[in-house]
Amino acid sequence: MVTAILANRLVASPSRIGAVINRNVGALRSGPSYWLVLVSGFFEPVLYLFSIGIGVGQLIPSLTLGDRVMSYAQFVAPAMLAVSAMSGALAETTFNFFFKFKYVKTYEGVLATPVRPMEIALGELLWATIRGSLYTGGFLVVMIAMGLTTVGWAIVAFPATMLVGLAFGAVGMAVSTLIRGWQDFDLMFAGQFAMFLFSGTFSPVQDYPLGVEIVIGITPLYHAVELVRGITTGALSLGMLGNVAYLVAMGGLGVWLANRRMTKVLCT
Amino acid sequence: MIYARGLVKRFGEFTAVDGIDLDVAPGEAFGFLGPNGAGKSSTMRMIGCVSTPSGGELRILGKDPVRDGPAIRARLGVCPQTDNLDPDLHVFENLTTYARYFGIPRAEARRRATELLEFVQLTEKATSMVEPLSGGMKRRLSIARAMVNEPDLVLLDEPTTGLDPQARHLVWERLFRLKQRGVTLVLTTHYMDEAEQLCDRLVVMDGGKIVAEGSPRHLIDTYSTREVVELRFGDEAPSSYVDKLAGIGERLDPLPDRLLLYSADGDAAVSELHRRGFTPSSVLVRRSTLEDVFLILTGRTLVD
Repeated sequence: MVTAILANRLVASPSRIGAVINRNVGALRSGPSYWLVLVSGFFEPVLYLFSIGIGVGQLIPSLTLGDRVMSYAQFVAPAMLAVSAMSGALAETTFNFFFKFKYVKTYEGVLATPVRPMEIALGELLWATIRGSLYTGGFLVVMIAMGLTTVGWAIVAFPATMLVGLAFGAVGMAVSTLIRGWQDFDLMFAGQFAMFLFSGTFSPVQDYPLGVEIVIGITPLYHAVELVRGITTGALSLGMLGNVAYLVAMGGLGVWLANRRMTKVLCT
Repeated sequence: MIYARGLVKRFGEFTAVDGIDLDVAPGEAFGFLGPNGAGKSSTMRMIGCVSTPSGGELRILGKDPVRDGPAIRARLGVCPQTDNLDPDLHVFENLTTYARYFGIPRAEARRRATELLEFVQLTEKATSMVEPLSGGMKRRLSIARAMVNEPDLVLLDEPTTGLDPQARHLVWERLFRLKQRGVTLVLTTHYMDEAEQLCDRLVVMDGGKIVAEGSPRHLIDTYSTREVVELRFGDEAPSSYVDKLAGIGERLDPLPDRLLLYSADGDAAVSELHRRGFTPSSVLVRRSTLEDVFLILTGRTLVD
């Protein structure tokens, strides 16, 4: 009996999670507007790769990282790959999630059915990860075409970018449940942009003063970039397990908090 | 279908529902009547298993809403006070997507959606987005959505608030047909005509408590008189007539613009009035309605 109750409370139903994902597919079936949102998200990291990776890269002959020498484009491309996983998932769990959570009350309607907050959280997160993966899949094809990684390493990198999407998506969702209004998004985007600039994306973090390097070491995008760069440049290291652990913990924490907040706000 | 004893809902210091008892039988149309803030919606949310009771006992369809929430919700249809239709989905997709939340297979979901759009007369709007629909259409779509799992119990929170008369009558007619099919309806309203039209039995709530219970007819007989005479006097304030008219009818209720005289026999009361030499500028004898009961029980002070 007790186990039945526990199972009932803790275990999420895959079919109900699937139904939450299906809702977003339904939005794609309903008209062109959501397609435009999806497609537009792909280009930003690609444009950065071309403008900075290739353009600025012309001015930088090569770059030494530890004992490895690589082209600047090779250095920047995996960072942009991690960024596209991050921003793809975040776009879904921040803007879209917040809109459904706070303004159009979509989730109130969903919670009147057997679906539970945790199932909404997991469904939306998986969808966000799928969205991020569409971008990273496309981005990896661009990287292979430009000779910035090999097919083999790209196949290994792909699941890593899914983990990055999952971790950022989860935290983004948790933050969205705490956000008061659109003005808070500006703060969040400022944070996101700072990470985008300084997480070892455009220059190695070792070049910063030690204090700054430590601060960067705490922030999530750094771990995502380290993990993805290690794979696409074919330089695996044990430290990458730490990056994976960081991202897994981040995802778990995000889902836990998002579920708690949704239950508190929507089920009172 | 619903069994509650001493049901309480508190939000911090505020007690929204203050120990109510309820029994709703299968096939019944049951109404919650009350001013804003009476605790109707809080009660509905507890019955809908999205809000946990702060105290007392609650059983929905024989189950415990805290433990068996998903199982109970699988058999409920909920039409909320403010429409929460999905603005990113077109009309048909709103129904099929919702069906999927109940685990209804895709083909069956499409079959039901087609049938329900027919039922609420929205077939032509199937591929329209939700936003351009009128208030009445949205409400009908919400009702259709609440029916997609073929529920045993349908909860409607103010189903016709904000609709124009034509739309209201169409909604009432559809709800009446659901009732004929044997679906149990529980609704909140502050429209007396709605309660009289739809409810077999109702409770009047005020300040989180049930202040009266029974069929519309029973409530009128118990708390009001059979007839009400509305009197207007051209010269003085209606309240100044209260003493002068003492002894006529059973109760007098002065409003700013008119005087209500509650009496079993309105015509006899009017004759008595004329015999005493009063000449009101207008006289209207009407049957007592739930509105009279409602105002007697919950007072005339405006609540927000």
